[in-house]
Order: sequence, then structure tokens, then C-alpha cells
Amino acid sequence: MAKPVDLHFFIDPNRCIGCQACVQACTECDTHRGESMIHLEFVDRAHSTQTVPVVCMHCEQPTCAEVCPADAIKRTGDGVVQSARKPRCIACGNCVMACPFGVPELYEDRQIMMKCDMCYDRSSVGKKPMCATVCPSQALFFGTREQIDQLRPMSEPVNQFHFGRQTISTRVFMMMPRGFAAVRPYVDVTAAMEERPRERAIRLTPAGTDPFAEVEVQA
Amino acid sequence: MSDDPRDPIDARIDSPGREGLTGTAPASLYLPLRDVEQVTRAPDGRPMDAQPAWRTDFPIDWPQDAYVERREFMKFMVLTSAAFVIGQLWIATHNWWRRRTGDLEMVRIASLSDIAVGATRTFTYPTEHDPCILVRPAEHVLVAFNQKCTHLSCAVIPRVDEGIIRCPCHDGVFDLTSGRPLAGPPRRPLVRVLLEVRGGEIYATGIEERTT
Repeated sequence: MAKPVDLHFFIDPNRCIGCQACVQACTECDTHRGESMIHLEFVDRAHSTQTVPVVCMHCEQPTCAEVCPADAIKRTGDGVVQSARKPRCIACGNCVMACPFGVPELYEDRQIMMKCDMCYDRSSVGKKPMCATVCPSQALFFGTREQIDQLRPMSEPVNQFHFGRQTISTRVFMMMPRGFAAVRPYVDVTAAMEERPRERAIRLTPAGTDPFAEVEVQA
Repeated sequence: MSDDPRDPIDARIDSPGREGLTGTAPASLYLPLRDVEQVTRAPDGRPMDAQPAWRTDFPIDWPQDAYVERREFMKFMVLTSAAFVIGQLWIATHNWWRRRTGDLEMVRIASLSDIAVGATRTFTYPTEHDPCILVRPAEHVLVAFNQKCTHLSCAVIPRVDEGIIRCPCHDGVFDLTSGRPLAGPPRRPLVRVLLEVRGGEIYATGIEERTT
């Protein structure tokens, strides 16, 4: 059994509201009891509430598998990079260092690496991964290209990521504004790390008896 | 080679497209096949043939990882068979060596007057790490066994009045005079110590390992 070829994973960080539902759903899964394979990251916690769900991107050239000295990380024909094979993993942590997306996690207590495998027990029989089933804002979406085109007409799925001179194409798609993706159909991750949000001043001029009438937000 | 059956067959073995062993199979049969599930491309983007050999040895794709080559399988079989042969030779040498070292020496273990009828005694034979029991169930009967139960090496305890030797660990029961298993998990009889009485002294002269 394998993941159906027409079903894809789409991540839309814009829609993430940081509710942690995906983390809780992932934790409840029986294949990795009590541990969440999905990370919910704050982009810039001091200045923003924006969060990003991080699942395994299932690279076409998985760097984690490239660097594994124990030959423990394997990829099935449907493009899903599987979690470390238990008898082989030596818990060296190379994959943790190497993954450009920071997905694999080392569990020192049981001497194994565990990572998101797109809920292979579910997706291989055509079901949605746990996180995609619970996401209330559909920041995590699992379905066909037609469905996503219909649901997000303003966005375009992109699966190219630039890390300096390394280009990675993934099986998981990231949603990008349509006009933006037409000019640059990839995510330049290293450049985005340096990027700061535009300075914006917000001024509220409420009418009538507003309790926050004097509030002035200056960014 | 043309697929049209009406075309005359080129008899030469080295003709293009007929590189097979007998010259009858199409050459494509001998080309390495690429699995449909072999999806991973190397990071430098070059084809798999241009990649170093270790990429084929340590594939990232699951089906390739699980694949066992004929040569690999043969190597495993030959080495395993060789290991068995060497093991058998080792056992044979060991047996031959043990036979060459000769009989166990005769050791005095007790005086006949020391042990009353129905009494038992412990001793060690042939080394001090082999605890044994000496039993005198009747006036003219003397038996001795190694104390290790043949099931899991617990120390067995003789019960002379019941005519048995009992192992307390798993309730194994042996016959007192022959040492054969009567009940419980043991399947082999106890190791018997051969005895000899000379001039009122009891000597152990050897051991008898039995399978039935």
C-alpha cells in the first residue's frame, strides 16, 4: 500500500492560528505514543503571534537519509521519507543537524530518532494525516491539486526551497501568494531568515465612546 | 533484433541485441532494471549510473534497501555453510582430544562404614565444581549421581524412602537407582558417577553421560 499519487499535503502558514490542535492530534497517535512529530514554531515571538506548523517536507533528495551513517532512513516509492528504522538507528543525531527544515528529533532516552512520516498508517490507505484532519483553519490541508486550487484561488502551491546554494524540491507543498509565486516560484529560506517585516504604523481613530480611544499603535 | 517473426534469425551469437548467454535472449533481459519505486535522485542531479558505487550500496529507496542480490545471497549461503563445517570439525577435534586425555582418575570419596543404609552424602567429582550425591538405598546397593538436574541445573535432592530424586525447582522427579526421569520437565537421566568398592573404601572411577 502506498500514498495515493493524487493526494498531496499543503501547508499554508498564513492561515495558522497557533491553536496547537495539530500537536495534540499528533501526540495522540499510537505509532509514536505521547510524542508529537509536528512542531509549531513561532516566527518572531517577541514581535508577532505568527506561528508555522512544521511537518516533514518529504524531500526529493532527503538530506537526513544522505547523512545517515547507519542507513536507517529510507524512502518509499510514493515519496514518503519514513521515520528511522528501529533496528538500525544509532541515535547519532546527524539527521537532526542536517535537515534544513529542522524536522527530525532525537529521543536520547530510547536512543532513536523519530520524525513525521505523513501518518503513513493513515495516508497509505488514502486517509488524511491526523494534523490535517483537526486543523480548524485548514493551514494544514491534505487533498488533490484541484481541491486546493478551488479552495485557495489567491495562492499557488510551491515545492522548491533554496538554502543558499542548495535547492530542495519536496513532496509537501507550501502555499504562496499567486502573484509572488509567478515571479519567483520558490522559497528562498536563507534570505527570508534575514528579512524583517516592513515597518508599519497603525493608527486607530475610533468614533463615539470607545474605551480604547486613546490607543495608538506604532510599530 | 527485429520483433517480426518473419525476419531471418542471425545465427551469430555476438550480433547486436543478442548478447545473452545462449544468444537467444534479448540483451535487455540482462540490463539492470530500475524499480518503479526507485524515485530518489542524487543531490547533484546526475543520473544513477554516474554516481559513486556507495550510492548503490546504501540506497535511500526502500525497495532497493530490501533487495538481496543473487551474489549476496550466495555469499551468505557459502559463508554459513563454511561456518557449519568448521563447527563440526571443531566438535570432532574436541571429542578426539577428550578421548586422548584418557579416563578420569580414581578418587576416594568415602568409607563404606561412613554411610549407613538409607543415608546420603555429597561429594565433588571429577572437579570441585561438580557436586555429586552418593546414596546407599540398600545394604549392597550404592549409587552416585551428579547433583545437577538435567532440566535447568538445579540441585536435586534424594528421597530415599520414596525411591526418587526430586528437583525442587520445577518438580522434576528421577528414579533413585537408575537416575532416569520419571516426571516433570527433565527428559534426560542424571549423569551417573561410576563407583567401585575396594576394601571398604568407595572410589569414584568415572562418569557416564546418558541421553536416554
